[in-house]
Amino acid sequence: MTEMVTVKGLNKVYESTGRRVEAIGDITFAVARGEFACIVGPSGAGKTTLLKCLAGLLAPTAGEVRIDGTPVTGPPPGMAVVFQEYGRSLFPWKTVRQNIDLPLRQKKLPRDRREKLVTESLAAVGLADAGDSYSWQLSGGMQQRVAIARAIAYEPQVLLMDEPFAAVDAQTRADLEDLVRSLWRSLGITTLFVTHDIDEAVYLGERVLVLSASPTHVLDDVRIGLPADRDQVTSRSTPEFAALRARVHRGIQDAKAGRRGTGAAA
Amino acid sequence: MTALDTAPPGQAPPVTTPRPRGRRPRVAPFVGIAVAALIAEIVPRTGVIADGVLPPLSSVVAELVSEAGEATLWQALGRTLRTWAIGLTAAVVAGVAAGLLIGLVPVLRAVTASTVEFLRPIPSVALIPAVILIFGTDFESGVVLIVYAGFWQVLVQVLYGIQDVDPVTYDTARSYRFGLRARVLHVVWPTTLPFVFTGIRLAASVALVLAITGELVIGTPGIGQLISVAQSSGATTRMFALVLLTGLLGTLVNVGFRYAERAALGWHPSVRRSENAR
Repeated sequence: MTEMVTVKGLNKVYESTGRRVEAIGDITFAVARGEFACIVGPSGAGKTTLLKCLAGLLAPTAGEVRIDGTPVTGPPPGMAVVFQEYGRSLFPWKTVRQNIDLPLRQKKLPRDRREKLVTESLAAVGLADAGDSYSWQLSGGMQQRVAIARAIAYEPQVLLMDEPFAAVDAQTRADLEDLVRSLWRSLGITTLFVTHDIDEAVYLGERVLVLSASPTHVLDDVRIGLPADRDQVTSRSTPEFAALRARVHRGIQDAKAGRRGTGAAA
Repeated sequence: MTALDTAPPGQAPPVTTPRPRGRRPRVAPFVGIAVAALIAEIVPRTGVIADGVLPPLSSVVAELVSEAGEATLWQALGRTLRTWAIGLTAAVVAGVAAGLLIGLVPVLRAVTASTVEFLRPIPSVALIPAVILIFGTDFESGVVLIVYAGFWQVLVQVLYGIQDVDPVTYDTARSYRFGLRARVLHVVWPTTLPFVFTGIRLAASVALVLAITGELVIGTPGIGQLISVAQSSGATTRMFALVLLTGLLGTLVNVGFRYAERAALGWHPSVRRSENAR
């Protein structure tokens, strides 16, 4: 397996007048092509900062990010980001179809190709009939589906998701988790999923990276050996799930208490 | 989640999409107008204020109706509106162009901030003598006054609008590699548009005030000049008829722009009535 996302010695310091905040201490990891990796950490761990550095929206202070071998200096081609704030990420002055179409037009795809991608992606997220609505006419869960449709229509090599389901209700959240998981299985897009929810991370990922509290580094790198076919009820009640969950949970607790990872970092 | 496309039938939201205003007849505004008209009719007849100078509303309206049959009034109205429209258009175009440029270039913004804050509060009326000196007494002077006053209204609103661009929306556009043109066209401009409309509405009212003021003070042909002539020739009723006309004009301008705003900003939270707005 080749590396799709490579992060080496990433460090980010926010400097303002008289204050110097080290958000990210030193992060190094790599995600293989087609892998689904979850990044989990306590709140304030600089998860969003890390994601912005990966997305090329924020320049790191030191270290580097490579996507498919190419260093990231700005938003890289072949990357789509799904933000937590779906309501603010979708363009309210555009219809659902136009929202999905707009990034494709930036890629200068021919019209019929764009229409095909928009229609297919809407069908893939179960919103085939909502294309002509405005996003604000839809429920929160549906809006996030539109954002996901927009991301997959873009045909990215890498999909970044920043706590995408933190603002939806529990039932919708379970549905969206299964949607993302099934899209990943059918499309094979390398996916980095940032969350603060341990259960979500273990349920979704093939791998979970546990971040420490700020200044952030990688505490633990847990391979999730659950079967590829996962189910909200049965998968979550297996002893393997419980063991993985406990391991990640302990890592987070240690991170909150300010202890450095000991046993796990091998 | 299977029932995706429609809201659950159990809960009927009051109003989901923008649709024509409710069927309930709106009485309150008309009561206000009726009371004001009644006062304008009765007070002059009692002779409490400036005996004989104030004509009752009925005779003012009658005068206006008879004036409407004369070409002079329409010519004057046309001239006033021409000054107003040219000035307003120029002010809006210049204000939007300058606003976008200044708003999008942080250096320009920093450099111009103090100048804008100094020039903006100067009342245009104070510039009338200077304008006469430079541009003479033709209608161009009125246009210049309007451009000066309207420009700041639009400029400031455009600057507010650009500041209002949502960072998440902007990051979304950046992450999908929108170029500068696409970012301005699809993110900055739609965010700014409601502010532009506010600016235009403010500028339109100010422009009307200045069009008439210019004619009153400078004597350029138009409604303002007719008012001035009527006053100096003692035609009080005619004078008030013209004043009433300017009032109607102002109302019409305001209502017209509000209507255009609603039509153009169907997606905007101030216009839409969505139960999802929470």
